[in-house]
Amino acid sequence: MSSFFKKFWWKYLCVALLIYTTVAGLLVSVPRLAIVNETIRALYFHVPMWFGMVAMFGFSIYYSIEYLRKQNSLSDFMAVEFANTGLLLGILGILTGMLWANYTWGSPWHGDPKQNGAAIALLVYLAYFVLRGSLDNIEQRARLSAVYNIFAFAAMIPLIFIIPRLQDSMHPGSGGNPGFNVYDLDSRMRLVFYPAVIGWILLGVWVASLQVRTRQIKQHLEDV
Amino acid sequence: MKKLLALLLCLNSLTAAAQSEVEMADVMRAEGKIYVVVGIILIILFGLFFYLFRLDRKITRLESQTGSNKS
Repeated sequence: MSSFFKKFWWKYLCVALLIYTTVAGLLVSVPRLAIVNETIRALYFHVPMWFGMVAMFGFSIYYSIEYLRKQNSLSDFMAVEFANTGLLLGILGILTGMLWANYTWGSPWHGDPKQNGAAIALLVYLAYFVLRGSLDNIEQRARLSAVYNIFAFAAMIPLIFIIPRLQDSMHPGSGGNPGFNVYDLDSRMRLVFYPAVIGWILLGVWVASLQVRTRQIKQHLEDV
Repeated sequence: MKKLLALLLCLNSLTAAAQSEVEMADVMRAEGKIYVVVGIILIILFGLFFYLFRLDRKITRLESQTGSNKS
């Protein structure tokens, strides 16, 4: 992974995908739906934040397990920086969702199960950083936070993917609001949406990689 | 006086009509000016990418200077 971090081809791919999705996302025609109107385009920008967050937290738990198996500092750096980037994308997802909800659902915080679940998931991940900050011993911090990270991921999945589907959520793919599901079937939107998801995940990996490499340099200087 | 006023109004409306028919490079003003929004977001994205690439090169340089890329 760390040699992948230093390559440039995927960074250029990320730039190309994000420029494409911005231009196409704003200009290509979309289904005409009442209430959502043009805000349906927010799907191209709001939803990839969440896909990106889940991917970042996924990488994070992977490296936490790697740390528990190998006890190497690189895995700990990976775990913490992917969690950091995931949290950033999650906060952007919450903020964009609030702006969108204000004009389509009527208020920024609607008490929607998915909205509440996402907010709780972010708090669970914030506690990961509180835990890290409260421990001075480097190895203890890495080990305890790796174990906590596994719990945090296990808590996030039901909060975002399962509980909202059991209740009436206004988010598409859940109970209620069936008219909104039209865009799930629209192939034109997929052509912009999936590249956007890949582009934002690559941007998250890029930002996390810069942080990990900075931590490696810092550690190297401390060791010398 | 009334005739003069009518003539003025007439001229005024004529020039207004003429103005709206003049062909200009109006791409950025078409479609509810959405292209302006596209341009603004692209400027932000380019700025962000420029910054990230610079940071990336800077870290690469630091890695080779400190020799931490070999470990």
